[in-house]
This record gives sequence, C-alpha cells and structure tokens, in this order.
Amino acid sequence: MEKKVYFKGIALPYLLLLPQIVVTGLFFFWPAAQAVRQSFLREDAFGLSSQFVGFENFVDVLSDPTWLDSAFRTLIFSASVAVLALGVALFLAVQADKHIRGADTYKTLLIWPYAVAPAIAAVLWLFMFHPNIGIFGRMLNALGVPWDYKLNGNQAMLLIIFAAAWKQVSYNFIFFLAGLQSIPKSVLEAAAIDGARPMRRFWTVVFPLLSPTAFFLLVVNLVYAFFDTFGIIHSLTQGGPGKATETLIYRVYTDGVMNLNFGSSAAQSVILMILVIVLTMVQFRYVERKVHY
Amino acid sequence: MSVSVTELADRTRRRQRREAFVTHACLVLGVLIFAFPIYLTIIGSTHDVNTIGRGDVPLVPGGEAVANYTQAWGVGGGRFMGVPAGVMLLNSIIMAICVAVGKIAISLTSAYAVVFFRFPLRMLFFWLIFITLMLPVEVRIIPTIQVMVDLNMTNSYQGLIIPLVASATATLLFRQFFLTIPDEYVEAAKIDGAGPIRFFLDVILPLSRTNIAALFVILFIYGWNQYLWPLLIVNDRSMETVVVGLTKMIGSGDSQNEWNVIMATAVLALLPPVAVVVLMQRWFVKGLTETEK
Repeated sequence: MEKKVYFKGIALPYLLLLPQIVVTGLFFFWPAAQAVRQSFLREDAFGLSSQFVGFENFVDVLSDPTWLDSAFRTLIFSASVAVLALGVALFLAVQADKHIRGADTYKTLLIWPYAVAPAIAAVLWLFMFHPNIGIFGRMLNALGVPWDYKLNGNQAMLLIIFAAAWKQVSYNFIFFLAGLQSIPKSVLEAAAIDGARPMRRFWTVVFPLLSPTAFFLLVVNLVYAFFDTFGIIHSLTQGGPGKATETLIYRVYTDGVMNLNFGSSAAQSVILMILVIVLTMVQFRYVERKVHY
Repeated sequence: MSVSVTELADRTRRRQRREAFVTHACLVLGVLIFAFPIYLTIIGSTHDVNTIGRGDVPLVPGGEAVANYTQAWGVGGGRFMGVPAGVMLLNSIIMAICVAVGKIAISLTSAYAVVFFRFPLRMLFFWLIFITLMLPVEVRIIPTIQVMVDLNMTNSYQGLIIPLVASATATLLFRQFFLTIPDEYVEAAKIDGAGPIRFFLDVILPLSRTNIAALFVILFIYGWNQYLWPLLIVNDRSMETVVVGLTKMIGSGDSQNEWNVIMATAVLALLPPVAVVVLMQRWFVKGLTETEK
C-alpha cells in the first residue's frame, strides 16, 4: 500500500530519517558486521595479531560437545517455557472470557505481571525456593526432598523454567483473550444449538479459530525463551551448577565477556543471528498471510 | 413421564451456578499464583534480617517496614558496597523515560518520512530499520561493547539510552497507521498552504495520540526491564539501574545476605512498572495487541 498524494522535498525526509539511521548504523549494523568479521578470525594468545581462519571457528563451535549440550539444553528449556506459558495462559484466558461477575478485575490481576522484568521474576522465585530462606525450599527439605538448586542441576533447570514461564503467562493471556473476544458469538451459538458440549465447542470451534494467535505466540515465546531469559539465568544460577543451566545466549556471554574468547564468541553470535533471522521471517510470513485454518 | 418446565429451569440454573463456581475457582487460583510471590516479598520486607535469615518465613507483616525501606532507599544493602535504591530508581526512571520518548520520537519522524515523501532509496532505508529486529544485543555483544568504548560512552546515560532508541516495531506501527490516513487530509493541507512540518505538528501528532500513549507504556516497561545492556555498559555503581543492582545485591544467594533490605528493594523495583501497566491498562492492551500483530 502506498500513498498517492505526498509532499515534495528531498532534504527534509532524509533529515527526518537521519537519527534512526545513525543509531542503527552505529549500534546495530556496524557491530553485527564486526561479529561476522571476527567469526572468521583467530587471535594469538596475547591478542596482538589475528589471522583469517575461514570457517574454523564455526567448525570448532559446532563440533564442541559442550556447545551441543548447551544447544540441546536450550531446546528443552525453550520448549518447556513455551508449552507451560502458553498452556496456562490459554486456560486462564478461556475462563476470563466467560460471562462472570468481576471479569475485569480478574483481567487486571492477571495482566500486571507483564511489567515484571525477567530478572525480577527470577528474584521472586528465589525468595520462594531458596533452600534456607524460601518457604517452599524449606518445605521441600522438611518433607525429605533434598532441595538445593545451587547443587542440583535438574532442580536449577526446573526453577528457571518456572520463573521464565511465570513471567510470560500474562503476555500470552492478553493475546489469547483478544483472540477469544474476536470470535463471533454467532458461531459459538450455532455450535451450541447443534448440541455441541462446551469441551467439544472449544476443540472444534474455538481452538481452530485461535490457532493463528497460538502460532504467533509460539514463535514469540521461543524468541523470549532464547534471548530474553538471560537475566533470569544470570541472577538465579549463573549458568550453574556446573553448566546445568547454561543456554546458548548465556554461553556467548561467558565465552566473550568472561573468558575473552572472541573468535568463538563471534562464531556463536553469528549462528544465533541466523536463528533470529529465521524466527523473525517465520513470524512475519505469518503476519503477511494471516493464515486461517 | 416428562419433567416439568420449572424443574428443567432449576436444573439449568444449578448447572450454571456450578459452572460459574468452577470458573471463579480457576481464576482465583491463577491470580494467587501470580500474587503470592509478591505478597511473600512484601511481607519479607517488613521483618528484620535475622527472622528471614533463620528461615522462619513469616506470612504476616512484621514491624520493621520503616527501618528496612529507609535503609534500602538511602543506604542500600549487601555486604559489598551498597548502592541506595533511591539512586538506582532514579537511574532506571531516567533510562526508561528517555528510551521510551526517544524511540517514539525517532520512529514518528522516520515513519513520516517514509510514508509522506518520495525520495531515492526510500524503501532501502525502511528495510534497514526493519532488519534491526533481527539483530538483538544478545547476538552482537562483544563488537557493540567495542563501539561503546571507542565512542567513550560507557558508564553514561547516553550509553544506556542512545543505542536502544532505534525501534523497528514502533516505526512499523506508525507506518501502518499513517497509511490509513486519507489522502484528502494531505490535499486539504496543501490547498491551505500548510507545509510538511506544519502538517506533521497540527494533523499527524494529534491523530497519533492513542498510539503514542500505548507505545509509551510498552516502551517504558522495555526500558525499565533492560538487563544485559546495563550489565555490559555500566560498572560505575552510581550509574546502576535497579533491576541489575538488585541481582548484584543477591550475589550468589548466600543465606547471610541482608534479605530484608533486598526484599524492600525488590518491592521498590517492581512498583513503578506495575503502576504504569495497571493505570494505563486500556491503552497498553490495545497497543500491545495492535503493535505486535
């Protein structure tokens, strides 16, 4: 879609675009290009000179079993967060969409966690599940379950999954509720008159009509779990114990910022960049087409 | 024998009451899952350090609220150099407001240029802005730090804010909206002799009010909740934002931490973004479902 009527002038539009172009050029494109360049270079032990090594950094990363472990762990983590956050949000949205007293109050009380930063969500869960000061952490230990997420990798993973999903539910809830409200009431009434029970109505009418929203949210949730959960991991487990909660993003950070292994960090960055590009394209392809099943 | 009409009506009413009860129960449970961690944190912030450190997690308020909040606000906590929450909150507020206002301002002007003018390379610039969606900080950590060091922008508000003000989503939203403005408006403006700047200030800005309000909420939260960026750019503790500062107070989560002060700081860190979301809920929900779709 394009406008047929527009203003004359060449200098003014460039001037209007200038701030955004300068910022994206300096802080997005230049560093991204540097990351790509560095991913093909390797520095000597003293950081004095670097030489072109082709795809060696990529080969090293992709054949490193600990990197593959991180990749697998990230997959498990992201899938768990997405499924949990989407499932709970859909269930609550269906309940809140019914004609009941106080529906608006429920909505407000379910929407506010959107404002909570991932890192703060992690801190709140730490207050609950700390083995010594957390109410549930102590409860578990008192019940004979040896609970300490700082020693047990699986427990640490479980904790970051719950904290990450907890924070994301409200976002999904808002979108599912908007999706539910856009379903024409006449369609549901027709199904009810045909004798479809509520559960059947949900799976045969409501859910298929919601599936575009659900698909969109699935992509958004995966992106969230991949990239925006850095704060959760950094504040709760620092990737530990051992490497039990080290996701790919966390690894780029440790290899680059802590271990100063620039070539490898850059190669990992480029791999992740390709992943974001694919996910974003999937998301926008969907928007262009507006699939209805 | 057939059932009487009143009997049938009674049955329906009973069923509806039962269903409403189940719905309310589910929603209350949902609300509790989100409210409980906050409740626990608020309660914790009203007790003294020993009560929490011992692990006697209280469920009713104690009498130390004033002392804890005074310490959190003015002195800070933690065994390392504490940063007062007052300072960190001020940093967060400056960062969140400047990021939100900056993003809205440069996105408004870029979208205006792209929609209401014709000039060489117009669509190239639009795509350049769009592509920044695919280059989050997380995938270009090291080279971006290098740029910040070269420009001498670390440990400064400019460093915290300027690299974050580019916004593909806001530009896309405003472009979408501007395309729906009828050509007659531009024609009328031209007949009246109003130039592009006049038209922007007198027509476009007032028409965009709701979109701007909605985006402000979303972008304020975005700015407030930044984690990786301040962590990388700031090491002068007087520049600390509250989300990062809070997790630094926790460190590795020792039981001997000043948990009472940490919890008071957590409550203070949550308050501003939650207040913004709750008070501006109507615009925020509309903005969110429209921007990201």
